[in-house]
Amino acid sequence: MARRRLRVAVLYPRVMNLYGDRGNVMALQARAAARDVDLEVDSIEIGDGWAPDETDIVLIGGGQDREQRRVQADLHARSRALQDFRDADGVILAVCGGYQLFGRSYRDNHGGVLRGAGVFDMVSIHPGPRIQRCVGNVVALWEGDTLVGFENHGGRSYLNEGTIPLAEVVVGFGNNGGDGLEGARIRNAFGTYLHGALLPKNPRFADRLLQLALQRRYGENELVPLSDAAEIRAHAETLHRSLRGRR
Amino acid sequence: MIRTGRTQAALLAGKTVRAAARRLGHGGTALPGLVAERVDPDLVRALGAQLECSALITGTNGKTTTARLLASILQEAGRTVVHNRAGSNLMRGLAAALVEAAGKDGRLPQSAVGVFEVDEATLPSAAAATPPQVLVINNLLRDQLDRYGEIDAIRERWQHAIRSLPASTTVALNADDPLVATLADDVRGPVRFFGIEDELDSVDDHAAEAHWHPETGAEFVYDRIFYAHIGHWRCADDGRSRPNPEACARGIAPAAGGVAFLMEIDEASTQVGLPLAGLYNIYNALAAATAATVLGADLDSTTTALAGARAAFGRQECLSSDGHVVRILLGKNPAGLNEALRTLQGRDDALHLLVLLNDGLADGRDISWIWDTEWEALAPRVDSVVVGGRRAADMALRLEYAGFPAPRARQADIGRALDRALAGLPDDAELTVLPTYTALLDVRARLSARAGAPPIWEEA
Ligand SMILES: [Zn+2]
Repeated sequence: MARRRLRVAVLYPRVMNLYGDRGNVMALQARAAARDVDLEVDSIEIGDGWAPDETDIVLIGGGQDREQRRVQADLHARSRALQDFRDADGVILAVCGGYQLFGRSYRDNHGGVLRGAGVFDMVSIHPGPRIQRCVGNVVALWEGDTLVGFENHGGRSYLNEGTIPLAEVVVGFGNNGGDGLEGARIRNAFGTYLHGALLPKNPRFADRLLQLALQRRYGENELVPLSDAAEIRAHAETLHRSLRGRR
Repeated sequence: MIRTGRTQAALLAGKTVRAAARRLGHGGTALPGLVAERVDPDLVRALGAQLECSALITGTNGKTTTARLLASILQEAGRTVVHNRAGSNLMRGLAAALVEAAGKDGRLPQSAVGVFEVDEATLPSAAAATPPQVLVINNLLRDQLDRYGEIDAIRERWQHAIRSLPASTTVALNADDPLVATLADDVRGPVRFFGIEDELDSVDDHAAEAHWHPETGAEFVYDRIFYAHIGHWRCADDGRSRPNPEACARGIAPAAGGVAFLMEIDEASTQVGLPLAGLYNIYNALAAATAATVLGADLDSTTTALAGARAAFGRQECLSSDGHVVRILLGKNPAGLNEALRTLQGRDDALHLLVLLNDGLADGRDISWIWDTEWEALAPRVDSVVVGGRRAADMALRLEYAGFPAPRARQADIGRALDRALAGLPDDAELTVLPTYTALLDVRARLSARAGAPPIWEEA
């Protein structure tokens, strides 16, 4: 098969990389390379140009509240472009702080309201520094499979009617610790609170992102399966730790 | 000396628990301190008041080594030192050290000097209980977010603690860590900076945390980064920059088992041979030397003590087991582990590694940070690897991504992982162990048991 190419735009990698989110880029790169797909990575920092038409996947990682405040204006200026990218079936993965900023708004720990990119119809609210953060291992049901990872967030996210959750929480808090939902999905845009890093040990989910991007760019549906022995062991180990941690 | 019956009771309770713990072979615990503090929460203040002077040492990484170096410099200078060397850096650890040093009458040795390492979060209460002559802050790095919270919050707590120190306290700050150096604005008394003055190669570290001045919001730019976000920095917009250090290291060169450098403090200088590798240990040595100067130790004592430094528990510590040298390098957070990995790159033999990843409370339950550590450069040097600990599979996956050879074994049980690692070693090969914190406690105890190495509390 001819060599294909995908381009990933990573938003604010220098700032929004809290706790290993760059593992997500590494996973996409490795899994693409195993299928003869070159994955080019563009780092988009504050003020940098971005070419949505040439982009297949947009990634944004987590950040502390001060970092979210820092990138908010730049991100908000890109709202329109990001929403158009979403509506053109571009693939998006937004994790934790990036997920919050991809909603409509985020009221942060100081009570200030950050306007988000509006990719997800969702609002996030930090209940204040005195309220317990949502911290711990997470297991969530996703398309008949499990997603595993670690969450650590103060803000609670609430999906507006019509926004689909990504997964259902089995262990952990998920979006807000109340409605049993984790993450959000609109078209090919995915948001989640899970670190871990998420993609290396959730290989089926990583492949879903790649497959959606390849389908959009090249009309391809199938990905050659990989052995994933180490990936599945890490997934199982996190499952095991999460389920034991409940008691 | 002891004024209240309650303090006397606390002291006796502490001493009793300590004697019992020693009989049971648990000499190094903070349990005596915990019990004594329960009986009299004011114990540290009451006993600490007898110290002639004291130093508090904090920072994310290097507390244990810095405190240990400072204690040995002061001993070399002929001083009597009370030191929480058994490793607990909470208030109970300070209490345990004071209970141990005090006689039954509650009297500390004449003109004793306190050297206390304190946990980031414990600094405010420790500083309030025993106002130090010198406070040392070495660095503020990303560490176990699920446990300590965001680093802004820690820095704010430090600011409050610093503002309430008396003007007689000297604060020694790392000039090269902008999150630490900029704390000088809050100090009422004298400030002494320490730092590295050398044109070393800059590194790009994914553990970097400081992007902007925490108060002005000005962006930090770097002429040179030594590790994490520590280096020669300045603010992009407002002209502020790294202060000139009063104590510095120049001419850094690798030396047998460690580093050699010229240490300059004010107008004096001395050639130091430090038997501990890695730039982070140069910062630890500078921090200790700066504090020692404030406490009146002479430079000769400093040079001698640094040359005789032995690694602290699990920090490049060397043991032997089954005829092999076993070297332990604690890697409890991204910055610390990355420095440990860089230290290993300087070695020229093929490496046999035992990598241990636990997710206990004291390790940080979130192991995502392993994706911020830089294993890739080390991969070509690795001959064999065994992974262990409760998150061995996660670590194995990280190492596979880094291009490591497939692990010889993967064992959640650390005892079994150690067995497998030692069993497969070629003759004369050295084993390098890279554990997280609770994995260190586990593997170190097993190595002691195997090799008859002294238990923690004697060793320290
Ligand atoms: Zn997060």
